[in-house]
Amino acid sequence: MKTINLDYAAASPLDKKVLDKMLPFFTEHYGNPSSGHSLGEMPRKAVAEAREQVGSLLGAEARDIIFTASASESNNLAIKGLIAGGKKKGNHIISSEIEHFSVLNQLKTLRKQGFEVTLLPVDSDGLVDPEELRKAIKEQTVLVSIQAANPEIGTVQPLEKLASIAREKEVIFHTDATAAAGWLPLDLKKTEVDLLTLAGDQFYGPKGSAALYIKRGIRLVPQVEGGIQERGLRAGTENVPAIVGLGEAARLAHESLTDRSEAIAAIRDELKENLLTRVPYMHLNGHPDKRLPHNLNLSVEFVEGEALLMRLNMAGIMVSSGSSCTSQALKSSHVLAAIGLPPELAQGSLLFTLSERNKVEDIPYITEQMESVAALLRNMSPLYHKFLKEDQINA
Amino acid sequence: MPDYSDKVMDHFTNPRNIGELSEADGTGEVGNPVCGDMMKFTIKVKDNRIEDVKYLTFGCGAAIAVSSMVSEMAKGKTLEEALKITNKQVAEELGGLPGNKLHCSNLGADALHKAIEDYMEKHGIKSASAT
Ligand code: FES
Repeated sequence: MKTINLDYAAASPLDKKVLDKMLPFFTEHYGNPSSGHSLGEMPRKAVAEAREQVGSLLGAEARDIIFTASASESNNLAIKGLIAGGKKKGNHIISSEIEHFSVLNQLKTLRKQGFEVTLLPVDSDGLVDPEELRKAIKEQTVLVSIQAANPEIGTVQPLEKLASIAREKEVIFHTDATAAAGWLPLDLKKTEVDLLTLAGDQFYGPKGSAALYIKRGIRLVPQVEGGIQERGLRAGTENVPAIVGLGEAARLAHESLTDRSEAIAAIRDELKENLLTRVPYMHLNGHPDKRLPHNLNLSVEFVEGEALLMRLNMAGIMVSSGSSCTSQALKSSHVLAAIGLPPELAQGSLLFTLSERNKVEDIPYITEQMESVAALLRNMSPLYHKFLKEDQINA
Repeated sequence: MPDYSDKVMDHFTNPRNIGELSEADGTGEVGNPVCGDMMKFTIKVKDNRIEDVKYLTFGCGAAIAVSSMVSEMAKGKTLEEALKITNKQVAEELGGLPGNKLHCSNLGADALHKAIEDYMEKHGIKSASAT
């Protein structure tokens, strides 16, 4: 059977060029960058090159980039690392309701430790209102952390505006750009943020490769203590192959960012149009235009997401869902709740994330399958039958 | 996707007895407080036996398999027998359910029992074993 992956945000295959670049560092150039002898030389150079490449993707200097093993780790170093080193100007932190759990859960912990946390709401498209941020900042505010784009509903925040308000008020600004990096142009010369998180596996780099941009002058306390790797901010022998892979993925993304994004957005839009016109009672979640080029989030009314996901999987189509039934904790998506989506629609939400492997030729098949799966599940849905009855009465 | 047994996958893929009986003798509807899903059972009763049973389900793969299994288990049983079907039995018949999906099996037997109780109430039958 044909398989069509539409869940690339969960995991993407490596770009072949990335893999080729990484391979020698497993076997040939396996040395430790910290070694004084010649075996350390190649790896050391390769790590330095990767740092340049990640810097270039962001319009930043190589020396401002710290390598970590995941976006979650970068977020932890940014937030906990900053708070731990803070000179106690205050104890107020601002973030948004739709952040990743690696931000939200830290804030929960900090709250328990006596910090005051303001989570800014978002509108029904998922946007943070910059004026709300302005109003929320007070004398005691030490940090603002707002993501660049949301991985689930795809909404892209007005980052430049948000960052400039924080700068104006002299508050440190962190952005979790995990979903955005490699897809949206991020130029830190124009958008001045203090801390930025990114991960290589979101743009065809290896899993376990990530980075944190730290603007010069920002003091962080390491969250992994030990040796002096990564300027003493992150101890542990460098994962050279992963770092090399991240660097190469960043170079490739930087090289063709606009073309890549436009090409994928064209397929995504075609898929969206087809699904919304052919399958009745479907709704778009997230912002109609200000969204990640490879992201599509739709709710299929009257049916539940896990059942949809399983049926589509049987047809060879892989997607994910924000339904409570698909989550281990049986909680539906906090992001969909924050945009005010009614619970029944959150239950029927489907997340499609595309990659350059997706083909426009597959769209008719996907649409056909969505049509029949939605019809089949609606046929056994008490909500749908109720709706039909009410519809008849109203007609 | 959780690791479902072959039995669960079979009932999910080919659910038996889907629908709503137009002139039902008893109707039972339940919502799942854990995740917000719902099930509706309708039954036809003849000579104190469940002659026909149909259901509608809004829920996960396990919930759909559970309703299908419950409908099969209930068909042909006397009301007393059907009232004794437990959530545990349903899960066992399905070859087990993943831990965090056990709550979905509560929905099935509950909705069936409600439909039977509805019938009994309408016909003035009292049942000691009603749950
Ligand atoms: S019905 Fe929601 S987890 Fe089963």
